[in-house]
Amino acid sequence: MNRLSSKLRSLGIAGTLALLTSTAGAAKAEDTIKVGVLHSLSGTMAISETTLKDTMLMLIDEQNKKGGLLGKKLEAVVVDPASNWPLFAEKARELLTKDKVASIFGCWTSVSRKSVLPVVEELNGLLFYPVQYEGEESSKNVFYTGAAPNQQAIPAIDYLMNDLKAERWVLAGTDYVYPRTTNKILEAYLVAKGVDKKDIMINYTPFGHSDWQSIVAEIKKFGSAGKKTAVVSTINGDANIPFYKELGNQGISSEQIPVVAFSVGEEELSGMDTKPLVGHLAAWNYFMSIDTTKNADFISKWHDFIKNPKRVTNDPMEAHYIGFNMWVKAVEKAGTTDPDAVQKAIIGMEFPNLTGGIAKMLPNHHISKPVLIGEIQDDGQLLTVWQTNTLVEGDAWSDFLPESKPIIADWTAPISCGNYNTETKQCSGQNF
Amino acid sequence: MKANSFRWCSGAVLAVILMLPTLGLGQENASEAAFSAALSTLKGASMAERGQAIEQLAAVRQPRVVVVLQALLEGRLFNLKADDRLVIGETVEEGYRLIDAQSAESLGTAARSAMQKIAVTNNLRASLRKLIGRLQLNNDDADVRLAAVKAIGKAVDADSLALLRDHLVLEQDAGVQKAIKLILGLEQLKRGDKAQRLAAIALLKDQASRDVVNRLNGLVEKDTEGRFREPDGEVRRQAEAALASINARLQLYAAAETLFFGLSLGAVLVLAAIGLAITFGVMGVINMAHGELMMLGAYTTYVTQQLMPDSLGWSLAIAIPAAFVISGLTGIAIERGIIRFLYGRPLETLLATFGVSLFLQQTVRSIFSPLNRSVATPDWMSGAWRINDFLSLTWNRFYILVFCLLVFALLLQILRRTRLGLEVRAVAQNRNMAKAMGIPTGRVDALTFGLGSGIAGVAGVALSQITNVGPNLGQVYIVDSFMVVVFGGVGNLWGTLVAGFSLGIANKLLEPYAGAVLAKILVLVFIILFIQKRPRGLFPQRGRAVEG
Repeated sequence: MNRLSSKLRSLGIAGTLALLTSTAGAAKAEDTIKVGVLHSLSGTMAISETTLKDTMLMLIDEQNKKGGLLGKKLEAVVVDPASNWPLFAEKARELLTKDKVASIFGCWTSVSRKSVLPVVEELNGLLFYPVQYEGEESSKNVFYTGAAPNQQAIPAIDYLMNDLKAERWVLAGTDYVYPRTTNKILEAYLVAKGVDKKDIMINYTPFGHSDWQSIVAEIKKFGSAGKKTAVVSTINGDANIPFYKELGNQGISSEQIPVVAFSVGEEELSGMDTKPLVGHLAAWNYFMSIDTTKNADFISKWHDFIKNPKRVTNDPMEAHYIGFNMWVKAVEKAGTTDPDAVQKAIIGMEFPNLTGGIAKMLPNHHISKPVLIGEIQDDGQLLTVWQTNTLVEGDAWSDFLPESKPIIADWTAPISCGNYNTETKQCSGQNF
Repeated sequence: MKANSFRWCSGAVLAVILMLPTLGLGQENASEAAFSAALSTLKGASMAERGQAIEQLAAVRQPRVVVVLQALLEGRLFNLKADDRLVIGETVEEGYRLIDAQSAESLGTAARSAMQKIAVTNNLRASLRKLIGRLQLNNDDADVRLAAVKAIGKAVDADSLALLRDHLVLEQDAGVQKAIKLILGLEQLKRGDKAQRLAAIALLKDQASRDVVNRLNGLVEKDTEGRFREPDGEVRRQAEAALASINARLQLYAAAETLFFGLSLGAVLVLAAIGLAITFGVMGVINMAHGELMMLGAYTTYVTQQLMPDSLGWSLAIAIPAAFVISGLTGIAIERGIIRFLYGRPLETLLATFGVSLFLQQTVRSIFSPLNRSVATPDWMSGAWRINDFLSLTWNRFYILVFCLLVFALLLQILRRTRLGLEVRAVAQNRNMAKAMGIPTGRVDALTFGLGSGIAGVAGVALSQITNVGPNLGQVYIVDSFMVVVFGGVGNLWGTLVAGFSLGIANKLLEPYAGAVLAKILVLVFIILFIQKRPRGLFPQRGRAVEG
């Protein structure tokens, strides 16, 4: 009896031990670094954001093939905020508290970023935001890998003014925060350059506007006053097709009135009938047509991953490529995924971009980028017609608005502030 | 190759021989060499080089030059990667049919990947147009000459002016003469003496041209120091008189243009709403998935275009019945599957159909991807009917207006003259009485819903020509559609037509003053106030049945 019980006991111990080791093994297998992917897969913004989700999956997959990060595998946690701005905040909270992701890559529209911002600040998360935006923001917890206005809009104006000799300006945009702020900056810039207010026409239209007849007729009238006219378009996504169609139909060619767009890239062009668009311009920091080995490599990897050789690459994809790799290098340098350590390690981090330059993470959490102006070709690609000689450093607070002129962002000691007034030498604490 | 090229440029050579008898074949060889040199510069990478090459090409006296420049302008000039020579490609089914740029020798076909396009920028395109214009000034076809003159007129310089002046003496065609005189007149207004300026004003005041207005405006304006740009008072008075008469005409054109814009926006609204006028108006079903039925129609257009890429016009003609059938069947399925159980419960119907709309959107997203699909517009629907410089009507809008009226007339006839129409009206007026008379109300409900949905699909085909084809297409139009039906009076097709057109025109009248965003809000506020006053809309249904 006694023997039996002792036998039983030893069996039990062995069993418990076995159980323990097996759970330990399981725990080890689960020990991955989680990366949050916060892009809309349904709703209006799915058109743009789905591609970025796929890009992230590809980048994570590739990193895992290289052996992961800090000896652990990376694991993507994909959530769908469904183009619903409050849901972006909820999903970000879920990613940070429930899934405990090391960083989040996501958002497209400015309003979605603004809704996530308080959450990542409260929970001290990291957000990499890959889309060109209106600036006037720098948060400790956000890294802006897309272009600030001085990396897209201002150089485009310079090109139109100096190379195409434009004298009259139409600033056309969709009615929301990005076009409104950008146009405010551009108007101030144009006036500073000596353009008469009479020669600037500003026009806003609702989201998804589809009847452009009278606005295009107005642009035509405005543009036929004998001075060279250019249109600077911050028209968002879906409204672009009917806009360009109407331009073509009313006989406005790119030679007479060129349109430079900040929201039309390869991806948008692939869903358009490009006939009426040929010759119009787009300003970005990356084109699929850029001829470098790094870019060719990236495109072929993308085609392999997505299993469709017709898919295109675009600027926000490159932004994610740079952002993700910088994060990986910063984690390796810091030896941990702890947000504070990564924030410190990533500033000054350099990584080659796809267009032949070296992107650098600046103290204001923006990166340096080349600016490219391209003409739209009939195959939906952009042909570079102008580019900056050097990389342009992203400026969080525009120098062309009187209220943000003295303000800088610098997240390194001793300033460590996203909204530092160089005149009063004070940090407002408000980062946006 | 030499014999070949001799044949090609015999005309040019003949001209050269006639003019300069001492020069003969030697000249031809030299031009051939210059041609070949210019072509090889064209292959160079930089745009500046390409610009030089174009200038060089235009200076070569060779009939092939125009063909090459034209091909370059249209993006049909390629560099064949394998043997590094310039070819002109024409799209055929299996790729491109190639012709050697210099010798016009046929080279068979090649795939797009085997060649690299010689791309041009806007600056180059503008200079190409001008140079081609100069070269084509002696073309036999009057239309080509007219286009050439207009291209030269876009950017005048001393050389082209001399060329035009010389050509005016030889020109026989009245239209071309007029165009040249316009350009010369504008130039005289700028640089001529007083008598010439006065003569130019007299000549130009009857021309409806943007340039004329600008130039005349320039004459009466003051410069920054408050002095008149034009020193002579007589010229200024004449210019003012000419401007006044032109402006009177301009206002008329502007009014006509606004009317057209309003009607065409109205046509889109009517097309989107007319299917709803049947399902909501006649049957009383609040169908939130109406927009998605239009989206299905638009996707049908996309699919038919994919199936028959070579004949765009025909694919559109086939898409119309196909969209009607697909959307109609989907509509019947929705009615039989869901709505049938919810008659008399408007709130539940609204929620259920809203669910259906989300379901249809996500289905399309899964099948076709969330990206927009590109639907091409046939050539006869692109461009505009240019009446003059100030008034032009775009073809796609024009055809949609006509199409909308056709659909409306057809629908009206169906409701008035067919058995189905009779039954639909009977059920709409008094369901129980119709049932008592032996009308199968269930079947009529299904068919009516199918008819309304089918019309929505047809509207989708039209929409695919003016807007994006994507999963969100329907959402843009659903609110407007309900607005039109409610404003026009529920259950009345004529009301829908009148309401659609009047909302369209009101919108377009407001837009220039209030901006697109505010114009929409104003129209919406107006409708709300209107509905407060007349809850049954513009043309309410009358009679006992309505009260009950």
